[in-house]
Amino acid sequence: MNAPARTCDVLVIGGGNAALCAAITARKLGASVLVVESAPKAFRGGNSRHTRNFRSMHERPTDVLTEAYPEEEYWEDLLKVTGGATDERLARHTIRRSASCAPWMVEHGVRFQPSLGGTLHLSRTNAFFLGGGKALVNAYYRTAERLGVEIAYDTEARELDMRDGRFRSATVANGGAEREIGAKTLVAAAGGFESNLAWLREAWGPAADNFLIRGTPYNMGRVLRALLDRGAKQIGDPTQCHAVAIDARAPKFDGGICTRVDCVSLGIVVNRHARRFYDEGEDFWPKRYAIWGRLVAGQPDQIGYSIIDSKAIGNFMPPVFPPVKAGSIGELARALALDPAALEDTVRRFNGAVRPGTFDHAALDDCATEGLVPPKTHWARTIDTPPYFGYPLRPGITFTYLGVAVNERAQMLMADGKPSANVFAAGEIMAGSILGKGYLAGFGMTIGTVFGRIAGEEAARNARA
Amino acid sequence: MPARELFDQAEFNMQVCNACRYCEGFCAVFPAMERRLTFAQADLRYLANLCHGCGACYYACQYAPPHEFHVNVPRNFAQVRAETYARYAWPGFLACLFARNGTVVSLATAAALALFLLATFWFQAPAVIFAAHPGGDFYKVIPHGVMVWTFGVVALYVLLALAVGFVRFWRETGEPLHQFVEPASLGRGLLDALHLKNLKGGGDGCPYPDERPSHARRIYHHLTFYGFMFCFAATCVGTIYHYAFGWKAPYALTSLPVVLGTIGGIGLIVGPLGLLRLKSKRDPDTDEPSQTGMDAGFLWLLLLTSATGLALLGLRETAAMGTLLAVHLGVVLGLFLTLPYGKFVHAVYRVAALVRAALERSRPMPNVTFE
Repeated sequence: MNAPARTCDVLVIGGGNAALCAAITARKLGASVLVVESAPKAFRGGNSRHTRNFRSMHERPTDVLTEAYPEEEYWEDLLKVTGGATDERLARHTIRRSASCAPWMVEHGVRFQPSLGGTLHLSRTNAFFLGGGKALVNAYYRTAERLGVEIAYDTEARELDMRDGRFRSATVANGGAEREIGAKTLVAAAGGFESNLAWLREAWGPAADNFLIRGTPYNMGRVLRALLDRGAKQIGDPTQCHAVAIDARAPKFDGGICTRVDCVSLGIVVNRHARRFYDEGEDFWPKRYAIWGRLVAGQPDQIGYSIIDSKAIGNFMPPVFPPVKAGSIGELARALALDPAALEDTVRRFNGAVRPGTFDHAALDDCATEGLVPPKTHWARTIDTPPYFGYPLRPGITFTYLGVAVNERAQMLMADGKPSANVFAAGEIMAGSILGKGYLAGFGMTIGTVFGRIAGEEAARNARA
Repeated sequence: MPARELFDQAEFNMQVCNACRYCEGFCAVFPAMERRLTFAQADLRYLANLCHGCGACYYACQYAPPHEFHVNVPRNFAQVRAETYARYAWPGFLACLFARNGTVVSLATAAALALFLLATFWFQAPAVIFAAHPGGDFYKVIPHGVMVWTFGVVALYVLLALAVGFVRFWRETGEPLHQFVEPASLGRGLLDALHLKNLKGGGDGCPYPDERPSHARRIYHHLTFYGFMFCFAATCVGTIYHYAFGWKAPYALTSLPVVLGTIGGIGLIVGPLGLLRLKSKRDPDTDEPSQTGMDAGFLWLLLLTSATGLALLGLRETAAMGTLLAVHLGVVLGLFLTLPYGKFVHAVYRVAALVRAALERSRPMPNVTFE
């Protein structure tokens, strides 16, 4: 075999939060580090550029977190959302290590803000990045460059030369030119495969064509695929992804946070036949928004329509696209290309089923329907005050759960359960081990930060040995 | 860019920002935005003048170009500010001076300079102009009354033009005029302006001239502004000395007016030079090139004012004093005349916007609607 074009101690594949935490940590321990990021500089950072906060355990208030968020409560929150699809040892390890992240992040350029607006009241459990995830990513890149980490943008890892769980080199492509990079250790932090439409279609069938991808178009899953093909132990399956209902007018990729539609619980949601299909008031929106992607994905043509009247305005975060607005339900139906008679019928039957109650959007109130299938169990108010508004909804994929297994040292596990000799994994590519199902705000960044740092440390040590 | 397109872009930006809100910790613009659901032109003009153009939100923006949303708040708001400066100008027909403002300011200064030199040589004997006057008594060359009348009349005009602009801006925000003097909000707004709180980028400074956070711009602006204020204070003290105590200029080097003026003059040299240097290095992504002339014109004029003033002070006992005096007063006249039609107006609308923002913060969050 020819010698690789160049070599380094630690090769980091990926350019998001986990990758940079690993690169910075490894570099500070003296390793020579090369980061290969498949995106151009302007879109660097993977899905981290769309994030806003990270979830942090803490025993007492800090400068950016209120009250306390002890390990047990954190663990129970995780247990609740995953329904047990987690690994307790890894999860608790992550939770405990999260407590020491914030000072490390600040030391490396990240800034936090006191939580102000927004609708999800998370200031007790989550620390918010000043300026959001892209500001965090920018800060980490500045720090990494200052420390002497080498960064190659527009550079995609295509093949991995790995034998018996030992990594030797990676083939990377920049433009048309391919070259081989050898490294003593590999940190795989290249995210999931949610941008790979062909792979999504393989998993979901033709319905996947109507999915929108909320994050980066660069998470093609090539490294994930290569690792699985080289014998890494698989976590989860390709049909599992986190999807929320977002504005159908959002761009195919990279719509990010602003495409969310937060008025579902304030009105009704119908499908393309103008029929309701799920209880819009089942629980508080922050606890339910994550199921609506899947719900809409299950409807014909993977589309839904959130319908509200003017009573709802001002009670939810404004979405980026203005609502479709009309003076009557029939007119709204026409504007949304729905059957007017069917929508009028749905609204009439809904209004007829609404029982009197005291509306309180801040509580699980007693405004519910009676004798309606499916019911609306809270915040059910008649839709009768024009103008009426409609938002078209599509499933928006945030991330995928399919990944490679790791141990507490971030060593990637091979199919036989033994750790790879020199491959470490961090971030979304291994997050499925801990968050196998559901969603916990800011937990992805916690996993990325904790395991990025561990992977960087272990990789640097491994390269020196 | 046509006004329509400009405001459409501004409105779209604010809709994206309002649905995102990641930047709310950077400055006053985003919390003010969050009190609204829709963005009429009056709202956008207010928000644009609240914006200090620091660039923090641009570098942090997940929707900045090349993203298809093309959100670039600093540049777009700079363009909206330019529109408001012309819109509120008084008298209205002089709004055109904001186009090609760098040229306008240069020509006006050259004209004022020529006027002062010609008048001096017309009315004063060369023997007096080119004589060395003991103590640097400049009233021997240009009498006190001429200075007072010239600058008094011009100053009154400038104040009137700025006041009309302010009232127009304030009225368009929808606030009654008396709300501006509501003490708590006025105090907070002024304090924000005096601290340049909104150029702190949330703590580490703003990414100016490039993406690295830095306090350089705030420091140079402070030097410029407080330099200006020291010079203004020197003039005020001189006026009090003259009229209240009958102490006539020129004053000794250790006197209060001269010390204040010297400190201010140095600030007005270091500050504008620093700002010009930063501006020349500014990332073209956030810069608005159509305003370089206006910004640079004003900075050069300030620089010229302080340089000629300090030269006059240094050489006041030599034969060059007469000519330098005419030059300095000509430059100051140019500065005064262009105050309402150049970069200086940003101070008026910025303070008004900051006071308005403080007023809004003192009220409960409105129940916002689409209507």
